[in-house]
Amino acid sequence: MSDARSEVLSRVRAALGRPDPEATDHVAAAKEVSRGYRAAGEHAPGSAEALEILVDRLVDYKAHVVQVPADGIAAAVAAALGDHVSSIVVPPGLDPAWLAGLDGVDVRTDSPEAPLTAAELDLLGAVVTAARVVIAETGTIVLDAGPDQGRRAISLVPDVHVCVVRAEQVVQTVPEAVRLLGAHPERPQTWISGPSATSDIELDRVEGVHGPRTLHVVLAT
Amino acid sequence: MSRTFLGIPGLRRPGDHAPGRHAAPGGTAGAPPHDEPFGPVPHPAEPLRWGPSFPDAAKETLKNAQMRRNLAHATSTIRAKRARVVDEVTDWEALRDAGSALKERVMDDLPELLEELERNVTTRGGVVHWARDAAEANRIVAGIVKAKGADEVVKVKSMATQEIGLNEALAEEGIAAVETDLAELIVQLADDMPSHILVPAIHRNRSEIRDIFLARMGDAPADLSDVPRELAMAARAHLRRKFLSAKVAVSGANFAVASTGTLAVVESEGNGRMCLTLPETLVTVMGIEKLVPSYEDLEVFLQLLPRSSTGERMNPYTSLWTGVTPGDGPQEFHLVLLDNGRTSVLADEVGRAALHCIRCSACLNVCPVYERVGGHAYGSVYPGPIGAILTPQLTASSGGVSGQLNGHGDPNSALPYASTLCGACYDVCPVKIDIPSILVDLRTREVDADRSRVTLWGAAMKAASFAMADGKRFALAEKPLRAGRVLARDGVIGRLPYPASAWTDSRDLPVPPKQTFRQWWAERDAPAAPVAQEEEEK
Repeated sequence: MSDARSEVLSRVRAALGRPDPEATDHVAAAKEVSRGYRAAGEHAPGSAEALEILVDRLVDYKAHVVQVPADGIAAAVAAALGDHVSSIVVPPGLDPAWLAGLDGVDVRTDSPEAPLTAAELDLLGAVVTAARVVIAETGTIVLDAGPDQGRRAISLVPDVHVCVVRAEQVVQTVPEAVRLLGAHPERPQTWISGPSATSDIELDRVEGVHGPRTLHVVLAT
Repeated sequence: MSRTFLGIPGLRRPGDHAPGRHAAPGGTAGAPPHDEPFGPVPHPAEPLRWGPSFPDAAKETLKNAQMRRNLAHATSTIRAKRARVVDEVTDWEALRDAGSALKERVMDDLPELLEELERNVTTRGGVVHWARDAAEANRIVAGIVKAKGADEVVKVKSMATQEIGLNEALAEEGIAAVETDLAELIVQLADDMPSHILVPAIHRNRSEIRDIFLARMGDAPADLSDVPRELAMAARAHLRRKFLSAKVAVSGANFAVASTGTLAVVESEGNGRMCLTLPETLVTVMGIEKLVPSYEDLEVFLQLLPRSSTGERMNPYTSLWTGVTPGDGPQEFHLVLLDNGRTSVLADEVGRAALHCIRCSACLNVCPVYERVGGHAYGSVYPGPIGAILTPQLTASSGGVSGQLNGHGDPNSALPYASTLCGACYDVCPVKIDIPSILVDLRTREVDADRSRVTLWGAAMKAASFAMADGKRFALAEKPLRAGRVLARDGVIGRLPYPASAWTDSRDLPVPPKQTFRQWWAERDAPAAPVAQEEEEK
């Protein structure tokens, strides 16, 4: 009996009517896939129009959004965390200036070299991260585990996620984001479109299940 | 059995006692006493062949008024949401064209793409396994879990693992598989079966779900109400302990990128992220057709899938990972590539398009048949229009299409008739699978496999063909039809004696007119036409 790998592959080849694994003539005949869809939107990354679309989508998802000038980030982060969050986790490469408005908050730094356990993360009130790219039309924040975004676990376990987005990171369409992310496809990615949600019970939407139940987006323009 | 239903010319063979047959979904037989509060337990021995054929199962499920009400609400709601978010995408048709063309390319180049995926996953620290069938895939997963010394795994909702009956197989090895998607958890706790690809517990009401949680979850608060938010929070608390302590997770995959080895899981609740991120070991079971050639192809499918599936512009969470990332997420990754009948689907040039399916469930939500009979009637983990073309083909080697199951009628061969061929499924399919044409093709294959047998249906069709082939014969055959008028009531004939009852059991017959067209033609004032002359000559 042959091994599973060669048997499955030979079944596939037989199904396609080309049982000879060495034959390569079909490769030359491979059909070119026509991509008639929009590769980019009409609005430039970071444009006022793109930001307006993004805010509309985020609000629709029940995320909290504030738009601030660059020097207002620290105050906005502090306001998003409010009075009831006493401890947060941040990735190692987060701009420390963003946390300058915090008073009496225990700030823990997590890194691949010195990771917090899931149980430790579970005791922390919130996470503050940056983003890699943001898609306006779908209201999607993409994290790719860069130094200012951190390991996947830190933006997952705490119940509140504060994400700081710089205006120039906002692209209009999905293809614009995918092409940018394609430069490093090996990095683990998390695409986030609003807080976690379920509609599993009578299609009644409940925001906030296992992922962070609250998502704050600080949009710096 | 000789009966018609929704245009199904009846299963042609008797013998509904294939091995592994269990109680009808919605029936009452075989339910262990402890399950009584939650109704029947239609747990099938075979996830792709639950038991009764579609007509019989549908007869049962149609009696379930609650399910019909829930489904009508669910399908109409999701339909409207989908239509709204699809309408705002100006290049939707171009995306569908690209999605369809990409999947065609995947099928054409499948051997090379599979090898490329394997190479890239392996390079990035993953381990690739191949499974010819369900049993082999289950053995591989159980072996990995045992090697890690775990007796419990957390699971992300996955059609592939349902198709192979992984949970049951793991249970036999002493391993508890915990479903973490809310709906799957409800179905699992109730010892039930899913009824929709996207919202598997849609046949359950909130009060039933509260009762299920109270009786089976173990740590549900005693004062739990039936408010969906409260129920969701009870599940959150219950599962959080499991997520934080799980050693092994099992998932499916929505897409796998051959050129990079990247896997993608699309979800809403965050249970997927928990499973894909926190445990030390991740096992992903994936059908061999789930590939996309290159990374940028994700830009097509990540636009098509969420809008078609939940009717959202984007689902809350999508996770992408490539092999093992040191210091981030599971440090051991296994990918199980599953055949389980897919290569025999691939061998059929018409039917192979069923493998393009990205499991969005849009076709379920627009199907007039699904909306009324519900998911359980299809007798497979793949219900609805896509199930009607996928299930018979996946099970073809054991009967599926031709109806030859150990010499008995295979219930799956009735599935291609579970459709009115209205074409709504084709219109909404994000990858343009021509489901109606495949249904017709499968019906042809099923009939062709049966040509040699003398059947009532075959005899009737032969007789009709003989009569209709000749004008004189047809005129003669028409004559006695007028007698049928005496049987009519309110303009229709509701019941005829056997064998015509095969037709009237499930639909009315219109009353024959007072005169046939030929008679009317002969009697009218205008100069006689050739056909009328023939009549007069007789």
